[in-house]
Amino acid sequence: MTTTRYATSSGTTARKVPLASRSGVFLVLLLFSVYTLIPLWWLLVSATKSSGDLFGDGGLWFSHFDLWTNIRAVFHQQDGIFGRWILNSVLYSAGGAFVATLISAMAGYALAKYPFRGRDLAFNIVLGAVLIPASMFALPLYLMFSSIGLVNTYWAVFLPCIVSPFGVYLARIYAADGVPYELLEAGRVDGASEARIFWRIAMPVMSPALVTIFLFQFVGIWNNYLLPVLMLNDDKLQPVTVGLAGWRNGFENGIPYTVTLTGAVLSLTLLVIAFLPLQRFWRSGLAAGSVK
Amino acid sequence: MTIDMVEPDLRATKPTATAQRSTAGRRRTRSALLFLLPFGLLFAAMMLAPICYSLYKSLFTTHRSGLGLSRPTEMFAGFSNYATALHDNHFLMSILRVLLLGVVQVPVMLGLALLLALLLDSRSARFKRIFQVVFFLPFAMPGAIAAIMWSFLYARNLSPFTALFQHIGLHVDFLSDGLALVSIGNMMTWAYTGYNMLILYSALQAIPGELTEAAEMDGCSGWRLAWHVKVPLLRPALILTTVFSIIGTAQLYTEPAILQHDAPAVTITYTPIMAAQYAAGINNYGLAAAESVILAILTFVASFGFMKFTQRRGLGA
Repeated sequence: MTTTRYATSSGTTARKVPLASRSGVFLVLLLFSVYTLIPLWWLLVSATKSSGDLFGDGGLWFSHFDLWTNIRAVFHQQDGIFGRWILNSVLYSAGGAFVATLISAMAGYALAKYPFRGRDLAFNIVLGAVLIPASMFALPLYLMFSSIGLVNTYWAVFLPCIVSPFGVYLARIYAADGVPYELLEAGRVDGASEARIFWRIAMPVMSPALVTIFLFQFVGIWNNYLLPVLMLNDDKLQPVTVGLAGWRNGFENGIPYTVTLTGAVLSLTLLVIAFLPLQRFWRSGLAAGSVK
Repeated sequence: MTIDMVEPDLRATKPTATAQRSTAGRRRTRSALLFLLPFGLLFAAMMLAPICYSLYKSLFTTHRSGLGLSRPTEMFAGFSNYATALHDNHFLMSILRVLLLGVVQVPVMLGLALLLALLLDSRSARFKRIFQVVFFLPFAMPGAIAAIMWSFLYARNLSPFTALFQHIGLHVDFLSDGLALVSIGNMMTWAYTGYNMLILYSALQAIPGELTEAAEMDGCSGWRLAWHVKVPLLRPALILTTVFSIIGTAQLYTEPAILQHDAPAVTITYTPIMAAQYAAGINNYGLAAAESVILAILTFVASFGFMKFTQRRGLGA
């Protein structure tokens, strides 16, 4: 479908598009790109400035290049707690996403490949839960966790993060189409246990979906703010988002703006390094989540 | 469809085989339940339990003795927490505030997203891939980091925008009482327009080429093609993005929470979630629970109300 469309657009009609219309469209898209990029550009440039230069000018161009000094300052602030925050973020995100993926794969596979009573009901409940945003659960979770003394522990952030209805939904869709019954039956005829069939046959076939689930959950946990800020008072347990927000509001306590700005840039750089190569999966998951 | 493949098969087998089959079937049902168990347990503990706990908690008040020496006692209070919440001006104001933001910011953002998606989908667009990646950037960024970035960009002594306005003789303070809500709206627009645009754009890509070709044969092109052919086909995607945006606005927290220290107008009960957090912070868990329940109900009513409204209009048209 799209190929025919592109074929004609590059063939007959492309010549018909007047230059005025082309440049008009380009201009509007460019304008919005500028709106999108200027804040990021400002952040990047600001991270290279000393405190003095930061307050000095309009701020959209470099002055004296002090990035390395700033980075050193970030890692020295509060005895190097920034490194700990990054580590916490990695721990919550990678650990949470890994367990969530595994649990979702098991549940999605069971919902796709085993007929049992109540299966449709179970899947509809999962589907309903996909629509409820995680932030809606944060405060109720806080109330519940504080009544059982779980607040201010790693578990308080980790446990809610390993439940992903969206992951189950994706895993089910993928297992339903991607894992053939013949393969499972062949495994059963060979006398393999159901667990073994899942591990050795279903999981490898489902791996593209699993990567997508992992990425979604990883980014979701990494970007989360409300849940950890409610749950964690102790700054040694906090992820980098909560830690940096604390620094931002700690200007009165002598935390320079440059340190917070550079910390923000560092945390973003890490995310970019980790995820740029995997962008393909991330976008395919977005499409599956929105269009299907 | 997967069910159909197995069930007729089970029924069709001969009686002698049925017994064998059914033990195998039972064994498989057991394995299925075992596979579901971890998710089921966690789902119950992390999603159902907090809801039930909040509902329960919202019906109780905690009484502390004057000196705080004896243990606080829980007392059944019926709906008094709900009454307190609904008579609390701060809480009501927070609801009105996100409502105002939703009514103004959501249409602006989605209008912009629609415009950009249509432009990107038009024949006149060049460099589509680059623009897509650029527009997607803010969404991939953690909300808290984006909010921290904007809090600096709004700061009186740092803002390049304030400096720019100064050049043309305007004194703009983005964190002043009058502009704080607009500034927050801008942060949301910056963060989510690209995401919504991508959803709309992928829906546009799914429109069969024959359809637009046929319309063009009939002499419909440019804006008329976009408005009369493409936009009506985008209806489901537009409803989806609107519902997501309504839910997101109702749950607004990160942006105002981070601006709080710099903007005097952004109070500690600025949005419903902040108000509930404040109630929890002063150990009034009953009120915090009631406020969470009210917010959940209002969010549900707003998003489902919108869906019903558009469905009815769809039938009438």
